Amino acid sequence: MEIFRPHSRKNVFSSSNDASSVPTIPLYRSAPPLEVRLEDFESFAIDRLRGFFFLRLSTFVFFASSNSKDLLLIPSPFAPRVLTTYSASHIYFSRGFPMVKELLKVNMRHQYTSEVLNKDIISHFVLRLVYCRTEDLRKWFLSMESALFRYRFRLLSAEAQKAVMEEFNLPYKAVSNVEFESVKDKLVQVARSMGQPSTADAIFYKVPFEEVPELVAGRKVFIKQGYAYVAMNQIVSLVATLFRSQLSKALILTNRKWTSSIREQEKHRLTPIVEALSSSYLGPDYSQSRENADISLKDIEQFAKSSFPLCMRHLFDKLKEDHHLKHGGRMQLGLFLKGVGLNLDDALAFWRAEFSKKVGLEKFEKQYAYNIRHNYGKEGKRTDYTPYSCQKIISSTPGAGDHHGCPYRHFSEENLRAAICGMGVNSRAMEDVIDKVRNRHYQLACTLTFEALHGMSCDAGINHPNQYFSDSRKILDSKTSAISLSRMLQSRVFWLLHKVLEPFSGVYLVPQVMDLQRENVVKSSMQPPKQFKCGSWNSSHYPGSWLKTRHSLLYTFHLYG
Amino acid sequence: MIPEHESVFNSNHLKLYYGKLFPFSDLVKWVSYGNDGKHPGCDQSYIGRREFSFTLENDIYLRFQSFNNALELENSIKERSPVKIDIGPVYTVDPSKRHAYAQSDDNAFAPVERELIFDIDMTDYDDVRYCCSGADVCLVCWPLMTIAIKVIDTSLRDDLGFKHILWVYSGRRGVHCWVCDGKARRLTNEQRGAIADYFRVYKGNENSHKKVSLTGAALHPFLATSYTNVLKNYFEKNLLTGQNLLATEERYEKILDMIPDESIASELRGRWQDSRRSSSAKEDINVVRWEQCKQVLQSGKHKAQGLRRCIEEIVFSFTYPRLDMEVSKHMNHLLKAPFCVHPKTGRVCVPIDPNRCEEFDPTTVPTLSQLIEELNSEGSRTDDDGELNRTSLGNAITLFRSSFLQPLLKACKEEIENCYNLKLQQSKNSLGW
Ligand SMILES: [Zn+2]
Repeated sequence: MEIFRPHSRKNVFSSSNDASSVPTIPLYRSAPPLEVRLEDFESFAIDRLRGFFFLRLSTFVFFASSNSKDLLLIPSPFAPRVLTTYSASHIYFSRGFPMVKELLKVNMRHQYTSEVLNKDIISHFVLRLVYCRTEDLRKWFLSMESALFRYRFRLLSAEAQKAVMEEFNLPYKAVSNVEFESVKDKLVQVARSMGQPSTADAIFYKVPFEEVPELVAGRKVFIKQGYAYVAMNQIVSLVATLFRSQLSKALILTNRKWTSSIREQEKHRLTPIVEALSSSYLGPDYSQSRENADISLKDIEQFAKSSFPLCMRHLFDKLKEDHHLKHGGRMQLGLFLKGVGLNLDDALAFWRAEFSKKVGLEKFEKQYAYNIRHNYGKEGKRTDYTPYSCQKIISSTPGAGDHHGCPYRHFSEENLRAAICGMGVNSRAMEDVIDKVRNRHYQLACTLTFEALHGMSCDAGINHPNQYFSDSRKILDSKTSAISLSRMLQSRVFWLLHKVLEPFSGVYLVPQVMDLQRENVVKSSMQPPKQFKCGSWNSSHYPGSWLKTRHSLLYTFHLYG
Repeated sequence: MIPEHESVFNSNHLKLYYGKLFPFSDLVKWVSYGNDGKHPGCDQSYIGRREFSFTLENDIYLRFQSFNNALELENSIKERSPVKIDIGPVYTVDPSKRHAYAQSDDNAFAPVERELIFDIDMTDYDDVRYCCSGADVCLVCWPLMTIAIKVIDTSLRDDLGFKHILWVYSGRRGVHCWVCDGKARRLTNEQRGAIADYFRVYKGNENSHKKVSLTGAALHPFLATSYTNVLKNYFEKNLLTGQNLLATEERYEKILDMIPDESIASELRGRWQDSRRSSSAKEDINVVRWEQCKQVLQSGKHKAQGLRRCIEEIVFSFTYPRLDMEVSKHMNHLLKAPFCVHPKTGRVCVPIDPNRCEEFDPTTVPTLSQLIEELNSEGSRTDDDGELNRTSLGNAITLFRSSFLQPLLKACKEEIENCYNLKLQQSKNSLGW
């Protein structure tokens, strides 16, 4: 059955995509002049949704080892490390889903087969119909398609990337060799200022600075006479923005067409399919940052373990242990907690719970509560006190019985080693940390600890305990499959999830891959934790462990029947 | 310190100032950007869509005033004699008729053009100046403004490629900057925010944004250039001794606080506590201590990161421009018009030549009473510019015209001409098709 009536029976390869010989990615400029069978209409769309789903499950990278039917989900921040650990032949994307595999292909350097390209384009246009109809649906579709576009653009060869830029009519010229030489020093300087390796052989584009505001704001580009020198790897965001805005406009047009004619014309044929597709899959946006979110009392314990810098973790532990902290410690920890979003009532409850065990409730209310309210600007001069910075903490002078200050500066080496070890830093990283401490670079030592624990570099360095916290949450939230997973389970994706995961005998979320060795992947994947309750799962509870989710997912499916 | 001339600021004088000296036509020529009706490509509605605001003597604040030409503006100002005139953005429609559009679609009344503006105020520097505080300025702290002008002006021109930049003394304790290139006027809020962030080095939250933190293996070229060409020299040659930054314990402790390595800080502290007694009068104590500080921090054994930036961080903290970010980020912020008279000081908001900003002396800026005296003493010759030229405002107006207005209008006319020709071309082409 036809759905798009073609003017001619030309293959979609006649579209601009193969005008050049460089293999690239489709930009979906015009609807395909193709005949599509009704059953393909639906199944192609579902395949594309699967592609989104895999991309979304947080921009995780998916592995399936060749000799088992297990699927491993690895948070993308670690993907580059993993990719270097594993040879490409070990990487499979979602076996059994050719479409997903094509969409999320690692190596796109070879030409698409026309069949795959057709499927890609058709599925895109089907989903346009599905997701054009409300603001929410459009937003979701836009974010999915943009993410997919970004993902695929990054994988293109430099030549293919150039071809895409030309498709978008980006009039930017690559900086010539002569010009490059004249500004090379500056470009290197910019790269170094961002803690990146030298850019000796990179390709740069000259772009009017106002077109790359986010790069300007972060001083991530060299700017001269109104032009920003944008490195090829920075151009992704520019191209993706264009892709998104064009698609956004197109969706509005599609919506008009849908309401004005298609819906009625296709009342008995496409409309039911379109409506079913959109209502069955609208995942929440997992990428939403939790910045500025208040933390609640019950989260503190967990956050202390996963995201407090050592100085705060130490105060926190001591408070739990002694049910008391001296003034300096109360100030340092109290203001920090205020900074991470603990409100006054929760703060009072928090301190009361500990202190009352030691000094009694009455004494707490009399002697200590005032101070806490004071910190929140509710007493005295009503100054809203701000959390201490690293510099202030480092330069403090804790006396006997004090636990505040910077552990890297104020602990003995022995105690410091024990404390860092307790946080879960491995021995190699530990030596680097201690080395910095010996050279009195306490903030760098803290930064290295952060990097070791989070498996990511922290280019800005740690300057403030609250920055440590928020950077940590950003990373953990993005990789905490627990949060995504539980949110996902509350959403309407069950049936699709089920379909996606069906062919695999086990699905493993891999929260931490810092020590990932090729050998222990298979081994440890065989030993998931015995007890696993979905929803309460959190990476910090099982550092380095692999979690098998299939059973609980299926369990949930049964529940929702 | 600039004394406050409450007495000299009286409404009769202000009336006379608006009547005889205020450069209405220059001001309107400027904000019309060549749309003066003389060229067929001109936008006739342009000037009428610009918001002006007046603050009247009794604190009455009139927003959304609009005028179709210099004469209308002049009449209104002469009639109302505002103590302050603010210039706002150009809107989609005449701002005085905005209510007529309120019922329609959301974007019917919205700002479409606005100069990129910067507001730098001495009060934001109170933690790095010891000569005066709050609203006061003197020749010892004014170099902080000179630094701001040099750093921002250089970057606006060399980095961002802008050409038509007007710097104005705010009349009391700071400076304003108007970037007037067409491209600058059409920047979105997001783009303005990006530029403001490009200039920002103070990190941290609202309550502690006086802290400079320079990380990374190198400084961004903009910061590096600012440092070597401006900040370092002004710090060492001017502020260090002028502000006595290291002369007392309280002051040097503030700098030692910025050294993350406690052992170095205490080594210096030890030397400086001793040197109080032994120092000879020959060399300035600030210079001696700064050299020691540099020597210790930059000596071979402390070359590691963290400390390598420490000298720079100190210099940035005491010199780097502190912008009022909010003013720059949004199109609809108002900014005081040049040539207003500051109601507290009586001083005229005169332009500052960025190329010679180090010569600018806020204490010799003409005051209202001085101008009126000059007017009266010269009898009654009444040719137009003659009046101006015999007062000390003459130089300021000449500077405004020659270094800012004339090149600006020339560029605007060219832009209008090019735009017009392009449109003609396009309409011809579409007819052919
Ligand atoms: Zn002063």
